[in-house]
Amino acid sequence: MERMTLEVRHLFVRFRTEKGVITPVNDVSLQVPEGSIVGIVGESACGKSMTARAVMGLVRAPGEVTGGEIILCGRDIASLPEKARRQLRGSEISMIFQEPMTSLNPVMKVGKQVAEAVLLHSRCTWREARERTLAAFRDVEIPEPEARFDCYPHQLSGGLRQRVMIAMATVCKPRLLIADEPTTALDVTVEAQILKLLEKLRDASTSVLLISHNLGVIARVCDRVYVMYAGQIVEQAETEVLFKRPLHPYTQGLFWSVSSLREGCETLKTIPGVVPNLRHLPEGCSFSLRCDRCVAACEKEAPGLVEIEPGHAVRCLLATR
Amino acid sequence: MSEFLLQARELTKDFPVSGNRRVHAVSGVSLEIRDGETLGLVGESGCGKSTLGRLLLRLIHPTSGEVLFRGQSITGMSEKAFHPLRRQMQLVFQDPYASLDPRMSVRDLIAEPIINWRLCDGREAVTQKVVELLEAVGLQEEFLYRYPHQFSGGQRQRIGIARAIAVDPAFIVCDEPVSALDVSVQNQILNLLKALKSSRGLTYLFISHDLSVVRYLSDRICVMFLGKVCEIGPTEAVYRHPRHPYTRFLLDAVPLPDPSLRGKELRLLEGEPPSPTNPPPGCCFHTRCPHAQPRCAREAPPLRDIGEAQVACHFAEGL
Repeated sequence: MERMTLEVRHLFVRFRTEKGVITPVNDVSLQVPEGSIVGIVGESACGKSMTARAVMGLVRAPGEVTGGEIILCGRDIASLPEKARRQLRGSEISMIFQEPMTSLNPVMKVGKQVAEAVLLHSRCTWREARERTLAAFRDVEIPEPEARFDCYPHQLSGGLRQRVMIAMATVCKPRLLIADEPTTALDVTVEAQILKLLEKLRDASTSVLLISHNLGVIARVCDRVYVMYAGQIVEQAETEVLFKRPLHPYTQGLFWSVSSLREGCETLKTIPGVVPNLRHLPEGCSFSLRCDRCVAACEKEAPGLVEIEPGHAVRCLLATR
Repeated sequence: MSEFLLQARELTKDFPVSGNRRVHAVSGVSLEIRDGETLGLVGESGCGKSTLGRLLLRLIHPTSGEVLFRGQSITGMSEKAFHPLRRQMQLVFQDPYASLDPRMSVRDLIAEPIINWRLCDGREAVTQKVVELLEAVGLQEEFLYRYPHQFSGGQRQRIGIARAIAVDPAFIVCDEPVSALDVSVQNQILNLLKALKSSRGLTYLFISHDLSVVRYLSDRICVMFLGKVCEIGPTEAVYRHPRHPYTRFLLDAVPLPDPSLRGKELRLLEGEPPSPTNPPPGCCFHTRCPHAQPRCAREAPPLRDIGEAQVACHFAEGL
């Protein structure tokens, strides 16, 4: 039996707004096995970032986690009080974001910002915290760590800032790192370096939950992938299986969009329409409005997530027939 | 009549920064864009690709060098003499959220250029033209009196494109037009740009950091690094046989949607990009180039014909 670093069971996040209730995370279950990189892929507003925030305990009002369990290394943390959750953040679970400039304090030296995380979570002296920060800088391959320690964020390039963020997130050796689009704001050559760093982290026993819209990034580093659409997981499988045999029409649409671009087809394949507004989801299958294989049953009945083969599950009526 | 729609000759643009230093955003770029072709411009952030796009449109003035439009220099021209040419050259922006005035309806947004250029007389005629443009970019007439916030990113980009083609330009600079969009929507916009090009005989300068997008649309591509052209040539030739070491790194770094390539050891670029305020002497890539020789640090390589492409590297033949 594989040991799980993270197990999310039937997670719901709801937002009460003036115009009604929306459910950006609608019954999401996922697992991150120890020593693996698991990806969540989807387009904007599919709920992938909100799922990550819920795991971190960072859903802000008017949103709230209205159901589900979040099990970190065998312990349900969803029901813990806020104070205990805060102690977990940074020591057991950490998160890095898309834009490192907005997550760093612009008027504080980066070394001090990272050392602060150390001082917060362990009893040690400033000197020890500094040493551990420098060690973390070396782990993320920041050149000349001593010199960078006293730099302000604006003095660093985008790639270096993201390395500082990763150093800050991993300096306390968390069990799980959530990386929310960590390379979207970076150039491809820098992206390749950061992805390699994530693999290095996994090998050093920090599991990674990687959120991305880029199928290339997912294919390069993930062991297992969850595809999200309109707040739900629509397909999940091992990376090789998913890329070889995608079953959900949405997953197929995403893959064909990318491959037709790469192969230079005369007219590019697209998914018709746009991502639906969560306030006006269609009855039945949430993808039915954009699906070219939609039949009458799809508009009536919301499909469940059904396992087609071991480890490969799909939320589509047609795939399960 | 020149066969080139647009030519850049030794274009250089410096921006002053604090401490009496200057950022060399574009240095000594010469290139030609033929009538009816799409030239793709790729490079990483800060390499000067957007600055070059703006220089070609005369939105900013070069520190030195000149731009020729249909063989005529537009760099030294007075504003008044240039004015009729402005209509020929338009721009589509990256961020459709930021480039549309949130307080204007779609009708007014698209009508603005038509009215400014007096292309139609009377309110009715203008509205009629706006409806035609909406159709041309795949939007329905019922959207006329809606506001930008009521649209998705892809639809807003369509409105931006409608504004650009409203004045029947010959040349459009598309500056990262699909980078802010989702994958499924991105292809819709690329299809639209391609269709508009053939139906309206447009010429594009297509700026993007996404190499597969550029490959799809471009006839030729130009790779920039630190304000200079490293390689320029027919798209397929450059993608299949990249000659410049930087082009190779760039193409290798793109993550492919194919998990069977995992574990393949990647050649990664070492070190940090050099500073544009203080570019290295000689070839600007030599500090990161695995093939660098002493000559590279002394002598800046000129663009030379190698195969079908032009490459700025002393040792391109031997690689």
